[in-house]
Amino acid sequence: MFDYTFQWKQALARLPKMLDGAVITMEVAIISMLLGILFAILLTMFRQTKSRPLNAIATTWIEIARNTPALFQIYMAHFGVASFGIHFSPFTSLLIGITFNNAGYLAENFRGALKAIPDTQARAGQSLGMSPVQSFRYIVLPQMLRISFLPMTNQMVWAILMTSLGVTVGMNSDLYGVTQDLNALTFRTFELFAIAGVIFYIITKVITLSARLIAARLFRY
Amino acid sequence: MFDTALSANDLVFLAKGAGITIVVTAISVVIGTILGIIFGVIRVQLGAVLSAPLTLFLDIFRSVPLLIQLVLANAFVGMVLQLQLSGFFVACMVLSLYTSAYCAEIVRGGIDAVPTVTRRAARSLGMSWGQDMRYIVMPLATRVALPSWIGLALGVMKDSALVYVVQVTELLKSTQILITRLQEPLFLLLICGAFYFIISFPLARFGGYLEKRWSND
Repeated sequence: MFDYTFQWKQALARLPKMLDGAVITMEVAIISMLLGILFAILLTMFRQTKSRPLNAIATTWIEIARNTPALFQIYMAHFGVASFGIHFSPFTSLLIGITFNNAGYLAENFRGALKAIPDTQARAGQSLGMSPVQSFRYIVLPQMLRISFLPMTNQMVWAILMTSLGVTVGMNSDLYGVTQDLNALTFRTFELFAIAGVIFYIITKVITLSARLIAARLFRY
Repeated sequence: MFDTALSANDLVFLAKGAGITIVVTAISVVIGTILGIIFGVIRVQLGAVLSAPLTLFLDIFRSVPLLIQLVLANAFVGMVLQLQLSGFFVACMVLSLYTSAYCAEIVRGGIDAVPTVTRRAARSLGMSWGQDMRYIVMPLATRVALPSWIGLALGVMKDSALVYVVQVTELLKSTQILITRLQEPLFLLLICGAFYFIISFPLARFGGYLEKRWSND
């Protein structure tokens, strides 16, 4: 039954290439996370306003992002918009898909965080002569980001894991894509993907642990 | 005004894919929840130190992309153990463990939310551990855990879109097959997305409603 010989050496010889892929994976995750936070803040502001169209845009975005698979969103960014004659590279499609997803989930987290900040604070800011935007920017926003720091870390881990979906739109430079190409060359499926899995595990652990350290340092008071 | 080459047969094909998605999700959520409750209770009972191996094991399912978990499991079963298992079986197996890892966390959170004094009161009234679990912890923990559990079940449904890597033709894969043939990506993807949305949205709203209704403040 056990006549399979593991060829770890062959697979480990490809480690440098896979680490290059891991760098791309990190890159996609970090860019999508930063953009995601920006869009999420924007969506949160849209939801705060009384303007109906802005509210509708924010709600539609958030509900679609949260209620359809991430893979579907990446497909949509790649194959869906191609119907309009817009063709993105796999990298861009993946980035758009993950950013869309991140923004939706983060906006929902931000909404939860906003509930913890009393309305009176924003109003106090305004009565001190701040404009509504200023009071949001200087009083509400910092607290909101602080409260939702932990959910943001979770979302960052999700973003890392989601980059593996890029392979479905032809991405072959990220960790999963590189691994799949190497698998096609060497056919050491189990060894290669086990190594990729370990790299992913280490990346996510480093992120969660360093986030915990940063949180302990930032939120001492 | 709107022309499409989509035939009734294709719709049946899509419906079959949707059926597979629902069946895979249902099996994984049921098995995963049972395992998750067991794992969660074990983790609370044993404490952080003794249950560290279990925590580490479950952590793997939450820190490695599902795609890699599926490929690895498939390669392990097929190439290393050389068993002839269907992709459907492997998909359900991996998704169940994946669900159980998240569910254990939810269950642990639910049990931790029950005040220790309440449980001690139950024990000092002469209830056994089992009775305490059944009549005190379960009703209180469910209130905390159920909304997140609904979110988890919906998450598993969305993640089940990845089981195509082990040759299971679920909804998104059948959509992709039709796209290859009909060359109408936008229309077909919208149908597929609408299906996920129609199932997920009302349940997510229901979860949000429960959370609001059952919260303590």
